[in-house]
Amino acid sequence: MTAYLAEQGVGDPALNIGVFAGFVAITLVVVFMVGRSNRTASDYYAAGRSFTGPQNGVAIAGDYLSAASFLGIAGAIAVSGYDGFLYSIGFLVAWLVALLLVAELLRNTGKFTMGDVLSFRMRQRPVRAAAATSTLVVSFFYLLAQMAGAGALIALLLNVPNSDTLGQGTVIAAVGIIMIVYVLVGGMKGTTWVQIIKAGLLLVGAACVTVWVLGKFGFNLSDILGQAVQNSPQVVAKPGGKPKLLGEALLGPGLAYGATITSKINFISLALALVLGTAGLPHILMRFYTVPNAKEARRSVVWAIWLIGIFYLFTLVLGYGAAALVAGGAQRISTAPGGSNSAAPLLAYELGGPVLLGIISAVAFATILAVVAGLTITASASFAHDVYANVIKGGTAAPDDEVAVARRTAVVIGLVAIAAGILARNQNVAFLVALAFAVAASANLPTLLYSLFWKRFNTTGALYSIYGGLVTCVVLIIFSPAVSGESTSMIPSADFAVFPLANPGLVSIPMSFLLGVIGTYVGGREPAEHAKFAEMEVRALTGAGAERAVAAHQLPSQHLGRAGQFAPGPGIASASHGFTPAGWFHPGLTAADDIMRE
Amino acid sequence: MSATGKRRPTARTIYEQVQASPGFANLRSRLRRFIFPMSVVFLVWYLVYVLLASFAPAFMSTKVTGNLNVGLLIGLLQFVSTFLIATVYITFANAKIDPAAESIRIEIEGSDR
Repeated sequence: MTAYLAEQGVGDPALNIGVFAGFVAITLVVVFMVGRSNRTASDYYAAGRSFTGPQNGVAIAGDYLSAASFLGIAGAIAVSGYDGFLYSIGFLVAWLVALLLVAELLRNTGKFTMGDVLSFRMRQRPVRAAAATSTLVVSFFYLLAQMAGAGALIALLLNVPNSDTLGQGTVIAAVGIIMIVYVLVGGMKGTTWVQIIKAGLLLVGAACVTVWVLGKFGFNLSDILGQAVQNSPQVVAKPGGKPKLLGEALLGPGLAYGATITSKINFISLALALVLGTAGLPHILMRFYTVPNAKEARRSVVWAIWLIGIFYLFTLVLGYGAAALVAGGAQRISTAPGGSNSAAPLLAYELGGPVLLGIISAVAFATILAVVAGLTITASASFAHDVYANVIKGGTAAPDDEVAVARRTAVVIGLVAIAAGILARNQNVAFLVALAFAVAASANLPTLLYSLFWKRFNTTGALYSIYGGLVTCVVLIIFSPAVSGESTSMIPSADFAVFPLANPGLVSIPMSFLLGVIGTYVGGREPAEHAKFAEMEVRALTGAGAERAVAAHQLPSQHLGRAGQFAPGPGIASASHGFTPAGWFHPGLTAADDIMRE
Repeated sequence: MSATGKRRPTARTIYEQVQASPGFANLRSRLRRFIFPMSVVFLVWYLVYVLLASFAPAFMSTKVTGNLNVGLLIGLLQFVSTFLIATVYITFANAKIDPAAESIRIEIEGSDR
């Protein structure tokens, strides 16, 4: 195995580890430095709301550009051509949903989690429990896919074969422990800086390789495509297997998703989940709380759109560049350790030898580390803030206790991620990322949009759309070809795939939207509906009462009285004349409010 | 609404008052008139693109110049339109939304920021 890898020429593992250790050392110093200023819950969960829009935009790019986007998309373009590119466009366009419909309104109405917004005008306990369930499910699937991907990367980059459980397990455990340190010591501030550093490395690294590839072809994209067509005429998946013709087919759609009508509909289903899922990913939503106001949230999304878009343009060049320049083309890439994920590393090796490969490898590792840290802090925040503080303690938990619970949860999640990563290491769990997007698009986004824009929407509607979307997704996935019935399934030996699509979005997303409506009419009118909706709508649009960056409104919300009561007056004009009771507009008030009513 | 007298006949929250004010209604409709149609535009444009790639592969593979085909160019146009919509929105929101939102916020909170 080692001889085989050496023959494949994947560079010098010691160098790869060295560059990665450098990244870890630098980020740890940063995390320890910023970690010292973590005092309040707002510091731990939302970095004291102190990041600027551009900083948060870079961090969002860091959170979003997971190993799946970096290695996965470049690899998909190298071996499936155009269809890989198609995939990246869904990931980008999705940001417009976040920009236009979600980011600012969420920033203005929420505090730390998605549950804050969903439960704003609903009964706290059931809606927060539902929001936390969906957050934990999405985060866990995403986390598992990242950790499982680490195994393939280790095989490729550190020369530890898949058969070496102890070796790979040690590396996965090390990654997990570093991640836990980031989260515990640095909180959201530290995690955000890790994302920023990682995004910077990733963008600069990808830009260098892209310019290098373009330079080789006189900055003519057409020539790269032509060379890719010539260098990658076909792929034979298994020795003696039937060759799949590439060549000219690399340039048009259809290689990955075009075989049958079912696979085409499956792709449309995936496309829908990608474009609607991003704005429902809890770890992305939580990033909007790290900036001081809605305007900065808007700026951060626009920054993220530019960075992510430019990065996907790089991957277009990287993917076709790999197909064009790696000796042996798509054939060598798809049979290398790590499969098509090896496209970008092999290209780096081809161009810049072991040093460039070492840098790209370290960036890939840093990517996994940073994304996992972002997921862990989100999941732990949702558990501590939604489940512990509001569902279990009914809103009476002291903020310090809440943060202590969040930290303990982060350790548990980290350990679970290590264990799951080792167990799932050689499993085919790539569908988990698609599943995470499908659940986010089905359970979270419809509920978010209804909460923000539909006055009549109520607790029953929210529960129907969250649980309905979640259950539909998971059940359809279990009975889909992703889990059984095909050679590429997770359990290839069994066949209970009665649902033909590997991606459930086409069914589950409309289902969740529909269930939200049905639930709302089943639930009937709730008391204080009008006042609550008025408060949410006014706050969402104007930012009145939104959480600030400064510590002026740091009183624990639960100790304050009823919000929004106002004797009849001559209208809002009077508000500007001496009508500013201290702490009156604290957003957490609504939570206390609802809990009292229950 | 307080005329119904069922809930709290004498208490109308500041938020309800603001919500009922013409200034706020104006702000809301200006925002919605931008974000809803724009969302429809980019979602339809993306869906058309996905459907073309799925069901008209021959058209998408038509060469335009060199090895660049229609599919690649439409794909790149998706990038262009995304960047464009983001830029247009931020310009619009900075000029047309923020000042009105800010003045209503100050009316509600007082200028304590």
